[in-house]
This record gives sequence, structure tokens and C-alpha cells, in this order.
Amino acid sequence: MDRNSVGLVTPKRFTFGTPQTPMTLESGHHLGPVEIVYETYGQPNEDRSNAILICHALSGDHHAAGYHNPHDRYTGWWDNQIGPGKGFDTDQYWVICANIIGGCKGSSGPGSINPATGQAYGLDFPLVTIGDMVEAQKHLVDHLEIPTLFCIAGGSMGGFQVLEWSLRYPQQVRSAICIASASRLSTQAIAFNTVGRSAITRDPEWREGRYSDKGPEKGLATARMVGHITYLSEMLLDAKFGRKLQSADRLSYHFDSEFAIESYLNHKGSAFTQRFDANSYLYITKAMDYFDIQRSYGPLREAFARITARFLFISYSSDWLFPTAQSREMVRAMLANGRPVSFIEIGSHYGHDAFLVEGDKLRPVIAGFLQGVGRQVRP
Amino acid sequence: MNSGYVDRLSRTDREVILTLVPEGVRVLDLGCGDCSLLNDLVTHRRIRGTGVDIDGRQLVNGLAYGVNVYQGDLDEGLSDFPDHAYDYVILNQTLQVVKHPLQVLKEMLRIGRFGIVGFPNFAQWQLRFGHFFRGRAPKSPALPFEWYDTPNIRVLSILDFLDYCRQEKIHVVKQRHLLGGRWLRTGRLPHLNNLLAHIGLFVITRKVGVMNLQ
Repeated sequence: MDRNSVGLVTPKRFTFGTPQTPMTLESGHHLGPVEIVYETYGQPNEDRSNAILICHALSGDHHAAGYHNPHDRYTGWWDNQIGPGKGFDTDQYWVICANIIGGCKGSSGPGSINPATGQAYGLDFPLVTIGDMVEAQKHLVDHLEIPTLFCIAGGSMGGFQVLEWSLRYPQQVRSAICIASASRLSTQAIAFNTVGRSAITRDPEWREGRYSDKGPEKGLATARMVGHITYLSEMLLDAKFGRKLQSADRLSYHFDSEFAIESYLNHKGSAFTQRFDANSYLYITKAMDYFDIQRSYGPLREAFARITARFLFISYSSDWLFPTAQSREMVRAMLANGRPVSFIEIGSHYGHDAFLVEGDKLRPVIAGFLQGVGRQVRP
Repeated sequence: MNSGYVDRLSRTDREVILTLVPEGVRVLDLGCGDCSLLNDLVTHRRIRGTGVDIDGRQLVNGLAYGVNVYQGDLDEGLSDFPDHAYDYVILNQTLQVVKHPLQVLKEMLRIGRFGIVGFPNFAQWQLRFGHFFRGRAPKSPALPFEWYDTPNIRVLSILDFLDYCRQEKIHVVKQRHLLGGRWLRTGRLPHLNNLLAHIGLFVITRKVGVMNLQ
């Protein structure tokens, strides 16, 4: 096992609310009890001022670092950033990551049991927003008796949560790292999410969300294939697969998977169905589409006036799903308010996925920023 | 922006810049490299600083110092920065390496109340001498480059800069000239400075009335 790993971790559970005292969602619907599954790495210091909350993206979960058992083939999704001596140094910081509500890895979501019926919620699960996800995390942070988060960090949809936290609970966020994200999805990104949802809901196995066991695997796989294209750059696809054929050197004149990129996407699609729930995919992509700081808080320039956290925005040069211009738009709004903000554009060929796969480039930026935040006297 | 070049200079200009920046002001450093000047200003002048550079790997140092950094190309403009957002905008040893120096100068005086501009004087006598007698492209301790590897794409003298300021109604509030190893504080004899100084450092502003502050 890697010496810089946080090692074996066990997920923890936290429940709040009851059917009688539910959480009120942005939509006006109620949810209770609300269950949250989370992991922590490192140790809290005496006054719990070293807590860092990590927010995961669409297909991520609470398992951000380390292993669940010694034979695991894969580590947590951000193991290259979280651990002793890494970007989020667990020798210094107490790092927390929780599964979002609406997800499918243990926190309340459409696959959870509806206490009113004793059956899985399915589409009876209310639509949740990024704000609702943050509200649930806020309950957890209060439960963990964290007065102020030293930092909150996340990429992509995780960045949405970072922004929402900083706007909703400015006093409880000391610093924030928003990676490959935006103040709202572009039309193009919503369009891709629409295709993904459509692939699921048009799969006959979806059954209006009341599937059991397998569910709309074909639809979910197709959704993931589309998604996966948007996470990679054209340059990377070209370099990695080009027009190569997977196993032959002659065209076969049939419709089976033939190009290397075809078999790669097919593999990614079907692997995803083994670890993700189709209804959750619908709920979470919808929450992403709904997220819009301008709609919730007014023009960015006015909205960001309420932010007090020291901010770092990071974008990737080849990310076309959350392009640099969208990060810079937020940087500009922070500068217009005279707020402490830093901006780094990391050069990369990996597209949107770079924040997950190019650990070496990201690590010094995160470590440096956190060190700088630690040096600042608290206002 | 070009750390190698900057490192090869003696960096006495840094100490002079420290004397030119008052306590507690907001400072933007354009072409800040590894942000060490800003860090010195934070330590000695308690400024609030932001550094701009094209090289993100160098800016990581700035993050660790606790200064704000902004990765960007000066030649692509500074439109993300609002008007009058800073008290001082520093452009040290950078004017001669940008493609659009006039645009950068205009931007710095839009964003800041004062600008501090430092550049190598291409009319220093050694350079003139080399040019005149040796018939070679200018080289000096402050300009140690060959014609093919110089980062300096804009060649200007102290008089050129003063002409530009006059023409644009930019006031020169203070000036410092590096002669040999010493900094001269006067601007009374511009032609002599232009002949003798390796480096010129100027505090400039667009605001009328601040001339009297000197």
C-alpha cells in the first residue's frame, strides 16, 4: 500500500430530520429523515479549525481517498490530492467528504427507502438542488462541531457546492477552491445532460423510475458515454485513440464495436452501470442544470459581494465543458468587489477530467494556496 | 515574466521599490514572477498585494506567501481588474518584454492611482559605445543578452519614456536612476541620467495635483 495513502477508511453515517420534522427543500417539498454517508481523513485539531470539506462531482461519492479494504483495486476518487504530504495534507488538515443527497452511495436519494411506503422512493424522491445538497452538508458540519471550515474545495459540480456554501454561509468558510467550474452551466452543457437523461428515460427498462435491480442499464451506459466525451479534449481523444481499430487492421463492415474509441466508450458506459444508479443520474444532472447563481443571488458582481472567503479559481486550458472563460467571469466579479481572489489556469490536454487525473499539476497549487491561507491572520 | 533575466540583475531595484511604496496600500505587481517582491512588500510595508504573471508555476510561490495571484498574459489586457482597484501598480523589468507596452501603461494607470515602472535604459553610454565603436547590438551588465536570445523586444531609453509621459499627460512623481552601483534620486538632469543610468525607475500618475506631494 502507498505510504502516502490515508490507508483503510470506513464510511460513517449521520442522520437528521424525521418524517415529522423534515428538511424543507428549495422546491418546497420535504425530506426526512435525511441520511448522509461521509468519510474523514486526518485528525481535527483542538478547536476544529483545520477542517476541509471536499465536494464531489456528478459521478463521485464520499469515498475520496484511501481504501475500503486491503484488496481494493481502486482508491478513493481524489486520492492523488488527499493524503499525508499531498495537496490536502492529512497530517495537517482534517478532511471530510460526504455523499450528496440525491446520490446513490448511501446518502438519501431516489434509491433510498421511502418511510411512508417502505419501498424505494424512485421518482417520489423530491428534486434536490445544489442548495439542498449544501444544506444537508451544513447539518453534517454542525454535527461535527466545526465552527468554520478552513477550506472548502471541489471540481465541476463540486465547485457549484463550493460557490453555494460561500454564498449561503460566508461566515463559516475561511477559504475556497473552485476547480473547473462555473456560476452556471452553459447551454451546451445542459444540452449534453439532456441527451444523457433522455437516453435513460427512453430505455424501456426505466419504467418511470420504478425499476428493480438492473434498471435501464443501456440508457445509463449511453448517458455515461456522452458524458465521457464531454470530459475529454479533442486533442486527448486524438492522441489516445486516433482512428485506430481496436483489434483488427481491416474494416469489418458490420456495426459491432470497431474503433478503439468505440470500445473505450462502450467499456466506460457499461462499467458505469455497475456503480451508479440511473435515477440518481437524472436527479443530479437536473440539479446541475438548475444551478444558477445569477438566478438565485442576482448578477455575479452583486452576488459575490457577500463572499468573505479567500478564493482560488482553477481552470484547465483544454476544458471545453467548463471553459476558462467561465472561471474568469467569476474572478472578475470577485475583483470587482475587491475580494481576495486568485486565479490559475493549468495547461493540460486532458480536458475537464484534468482535475481528477493530473494530480501532479494540481497538487502544488492546492498545497501552496492552503499554506498561504494558513499564513493569513484571520480577519 | 522572464525569471532568468530578472535573476541576473543585481535586484537592488527591489530595495528602491520598497522605499517608494507606502505602508498598508494595495499593490498590483504586473509580471511578478515568483511574487518575491510582493512578499517583501507584505513583510516590510504590510501591503495587500496581487501578482499577475503568465507563468502559473511561479505563481504557486505567491499563493504560498499568502498573496493573491492572477495568471494572465499582460498582452491580452487586464480587463478583469476594475478601475482604481489598487493604489500602486508595479511594472518592473517588464515594460521592455511586452508586445503592447502602451496598452499596459494605460491599463496600469486605469487600475492604479500610481504606477511604478522600472526598465533598462538602452541609451546608457556603454551600450552606445558598443554600438558605435564595436558595431554590435547593445550589451551591458543590465542587458547581458545576445541579439538572438534577448527577451527584450522593446528598446527604449529614459528620454523616450519621459517623452511618452509628457505626450500622454502622465506625471512623473518620483524617479530613481541606477548609476554604477548607486541610486540617484534626481530627475533634474534627464540627459545625463539618460547617458549614465543602467536602470530607470519612475513613479507615475495621471492625477493632477499629486505633483505637490513630492
